[in-house]
Amino acid sequence: MSIEVKNLTHVYSEGLPHESIAIDDVSFTIGDGEFVGIIGHTGSGKSTLLQHLNGLLKPKAGQIIIDGVDITDSKTSMLEIRKKVGLVFQYPEYQLFEETVARDVAFGPSNLGLSAEEISNVVRKSIELVGLDYDEIKNASPFELSGGQKRRVAMAGVLAMKPEVLVLDEPTAGLNPKAHADILDMVDGIHRSENNIIILVSHNMNDVARMCDRVLVMDHGRLVMNGTPAEIFTREKELKEMGLALPDALDITLRLREAGMDISENCLTVQQAADAIASRLK
Amino acid sequence: MIRDITLGQYYPGNSWIHKLDPRIKIMATLLYIVALFVVKDFSGFIVAFAALEAVIILSKVPRSFIWRGLKPVILIIAFTLLINIFMIKGEVLVQFGIFHITKEGLLTAAFMGIRLVLLIIGSTMLTLTTRPIGLTDGIEALLSPFKKIGLPAHELAMMMTIALRFIPTLLEETDKIMKAQQARGADFESGNIMRRAKALVPILVPLFISAFRIAQDLAMAMEARCYGGNLKRTRMNAMKLEKRDLAAGLLFLVFLALIVLQRILM
Amino acid sequence: MSYIKAENLTFEYKKTNDAGDILTTRAIDGVSFEIKKGSFTAIIGQNGSGKSTLAKNMNALLTPTSGKMIVDGMDTSVQENVWPVRQRVAMVFQNPDNQIVSAIVEDDVAFGPENLGVDPEEIRRRVDEALGGVEMYEYRKKAPHLLSGGQKQRIAIAGAVAMEPECIVFDEPTAMLDPRGRQEVLQVIRNLNARGITTVLITHFMEEAAQADKIIVMDKGVIRMEGTPDEIFRRGDELVEMSLGVPAPVELAMELRKRGIDLPEGIMTTEKLVEELVK
Repeated sequence: MSIEVKNLTHVYSEGLPHESIAIDDVSFTIGDGEFVGIIGHTGSGKSTLLQHLNGLLKPKAGQIIIDGVDITDSKTSMLEIRKKVGLVFQYPEYQLFEETVARDVAFGPSNLGLSAEEISNVVRKSIELVGLDYDEIKNASPFELSGGQKRRVAMAGVLAMKPEVLVLDEPTAGLNPKAHADILDMVDGIHRSENNIIILVSHNMNDVARMCDRVLVMDHGRLVMNGTPAEIFTREKELKEMGLALPDALDITLRLREAGMDISENCLTVQQAADAIASRLK
Repeated sequence: MIRDITLGQYYPGNSWIHKLDPRIKIMATLLYIVALFVVKDFSGFIVAFAALEAVIILSKVPRSFIWRGLKPVILIIAFTLLINIFMIKGEVLVQFGIFHITKEGLLTAAFMGIRLVLLIIGSTMLTLTTRPIGLTDGIEALLSPFKKIGLPAHELAMMMTIALRFIPTLLEETDKIMKAQQARGADFESGNIMRRAKALVPILVPLFISAFRIAQDLAMAMEARCYGGNLKRTRMNAMKLEKRDLAAGLLFLVFLALIVLQRILM
Repeated sequence: MSYIKAENLTFEYKKTNDAGDILTTRAIDGVSFEIKKGSFTAIIGQNGSGKSTLAKNMNALLTPTSGKMIVDGMDTSVQENVWPVRQRVAMVFQNPDNQIVSAIVEDDVAFGPENLGVDPEEIRRRVDEALGGVEMYEYRKKAPHLLSGGQKQRIAIAGAVAMEPECIVFDEPTAMLDPRGRQEVLQVIRNLNARGITTVLITHFMEEAAQADKIIVMDKGVIRMEGTPDEIFRRGDELVEMSLGVPAPVELAMELRKRGIDLPEGIMTTEKLVEELVK
């Protein structure tokens, strides 16, 4: 299982006065089971890129090959693409519409034409995967749940399509610290149990640094960096120029180094930083 | 794309037409439409066309912008033309099968077509040159005499203001919801009418819920800004008739007189 | 001098269920506090802690079920006080889209003063000044839906400022914004406070709360802590226990103390932490 994006270009409102290049010749590959973060500020082309991965937008030029299938080819069936790539939008709870949680989660798999038995299995499994109690919640109305629960149900609705690639566009937007941490733990859990490819778009550098194997940086529609969190976040000056922040722990580590502390590790989490600093001072 | 539609949009500007009092512009537009129906032959349209042309030039709105406004209604115009061409009986010019094109049909079609295009461009000029709030203020002022018989003029105008503000927001919301459901394998494009109607449920339910949420939030925000208090409401841009409004009114009366004279004389 | 004062304030939401029974949920349970004129107070707490309900009690959008809310000497439960209170205490809400009324920026900013019956020339002056204050003057003729989240939120703030309130309550104004928008809005909030406007910021971002003079921590409808940011973050363990989290330098200092490093209390910023560690 792999994703290969080759020279992808997308132009909005082509030929009109307000034409704009949203994605400009972007290429990268993602390997089996990788957890990849995409960062860049609003308007850098992240959302446009995500929508291509799921076939919602067609590129002006370039290809996206997922598991050997070119999804930009007009002959590829849309359902085929959506089965491979599950896309969870920002504030996904706004797409809930059914009377019960179970029926809402079943919407995706029934569009895929699964049998009734397969659907009920996959619905149960996805609701459990997002950390909710199936028997307790299956008949509840999705509109009566708490904000965090609604978001989990909406995510279960995408997981129920058993995607091999799970794309998450800011899954913690607008949540308070507790719900934020819970959702990320859940994503981590899904990644470990399913071993699928996860692509996470986030403005929170701490989360990206802690969770991702690799980070892609978008700026003005171009892919400007591609590497491990440690490689990316040590390019402090370039990130600052793009208006992007560093993970807090790394920022403190770098400040300490500047101030003369002999600390060579590039600490990405507070725990790592605490260990490194403590070992110097003891 | 949705944002490319210009029908009903405002084109920011500072021209003589832009500055006119909205009340004058609304009345003039209404009377202009009436005038288009008073006209009974092509020479009348020359007067109507000249008047519209003068407004377009004075408004400094680019013609390309005005044409774009016509695009969404081209189908309606084409339909009207076809019906008239084929349905009107008279002196047959061409015949194939059961269809025949008559001289009268062609003339009526041309007549109706011109009338429709003038009508649409005429009313588009009103929205293009009047800011939304001016439009609603103007309507409120023109309707206020009817308050006596219980017409809620202010409330109607407020509803229009809010509708104009939130149409783009709701369109964006619709686009987002559609994409999210498509990502879950929803198909809005195939199947018979029943299937397609059913496929709309996953869009409409979330959309209504969004609309209710917006309404609730907005009501709270308006209350927090003292809307509905027992104070006397004022306006930042209070409408005041200026010399140019009187001049415009006079010019428009001349136009109306020309139309009526033309109708009587011809 | 206290500007806003809550005395044993309790608020209950009433809801009728399908069977027709009236269910009450107590969102705020006997809370008392004071907010000084010109101060900057942050209120933090989980969802459902009652912090938003408390905010809406400060400008009479909600009135106490029992107890009292006094704003500038006026009891908010007295009907005649409702409009004067709302003029004095303006409010900015979470969702930037759902609080802008008009399709043109400057008309929206004018909405509040128009409702207050201010003279047209004076409205014009206030609108221009308010838009200048949030650095949105050049966008005055634009349609709000074409602006970014942070810009929309600044328009909403200008709309509040144009009412010339003495206090502005911000109800999670940055929750839906990206980091850049958050910074812009926070900067504007700080500027307003520096100009003497009493500021109440409801938030769940600790970094934002750290900027205030005083923090009130709400949990399940009651005040759990109250004090300066320094005093509050010293009790980091309790905050973590309430799942509230602390700013990164505070967290790192806590972790270092756990590892036996001796650090003084009151470390809240990266600068201070670095200074202490390289000593």
